[in-house]
Amino acid sequence: MSAVNPIAFYIFAGVALAFSVMTVLRKNPVSSAFSLVLVFFSFAGIYAILGAHLIATLQVLVYAGAIMVLFVFVVMLLNSDSPSFDLRRTPALFRVAAALVCLALFVLFVRVFKNSPSLVQPGAFTAEAVDAAGGNTRVISELMFSEYVLPFELTSVLLLAGIVGAVALAKRHSAAKSESKKGAVHAVAGR
Amino acid sequence: MPLPAVEPWVVLSFSAAIFFVGLFGLLVRRNLLIILMSIELMLNAVNLTYVTFSHQLSSMAGQMSVFFIITVAAAESAVGLGLMIALYRTLKTVDTDEITLLKD
Repeated sequence: MSAVNPIAFYIFAGVALAFSVMTVLRKNPVSSAFSLVLVFFSFAGIYAILGAHLIATLQVLVYAGAIMVLFVFVVMLLNSDSPSFDLRRTPALFRVAAALVCLALFVLFVRVFKNSPSLVQPGAFTAEAVDAAGGNTRVISELMFSEYVLPFELTSVLLLAGIVGAVALAKRHSAAKSESKKGAVHAVAGR
Repeated sequence: MPLPAVEPWVVLSFSAAIFFVGLFGLLVRRNLLIILMSIELMLNAVNLTYVTFSHQLSSMAGQMSVFFIITVAAAESAVGLGLMIALYRTLKTVDTDEITLLKD
């Protein structure tokens, strides 16, 4: 990892870690959502440091843009921007146990990452090879429409199903309509 | 003082830390919105692991996987938030303790 700038990495990592803890622990859902935006931006910075420029752009566009707008919109829509004290209702013993389990698994992962040798041979896409082929975005685009074209097409079906599902779930059913319509979606959404 | 070079295991450990912060939130919070946000945190941590291995092994397969995971995450949060709106309309709450439709 010669190309990684340590100062930039540690700044982004520190911001991401601090604000991810705030996302989880804040009482107010709005401040959780905005902490999450900062975590997403820091992740975009780390992707850029690691040379994944297209992924960094997509992170800002899709996560920090689209998904967070959706989250903030729903927080406002549900009128739940008042503090929620749900964390305090979780039993203290359970909270401590969850923290200990997470910490133990984290230590285990760090030990595994630190001590495992890299057995896999490096592939063909070194930083120099990617630059010579026209940059990160061009290489990914060419792969997407050659080797990964089937998953790409299947993704479009998934997105269509997601759109239909979201509209069907969130649509408001009037009382008169709900008498005549009897579907599976209606049973969930229209009570 | 020059900082030590960033080894792959440092980045991987960092993404593991974010993953377990998300897992902790998933376990202890009762607000469905925060639970969905914790799931997004965990997905992001996995994405960072993919990108790190892609960088370490000079392979593009990791970055392609991240592309598809981002798409799936977008669809997942759209459907999840739609479910939450439907639930709120039915029960007037997004608290997992009060969702007891099958018990009543």
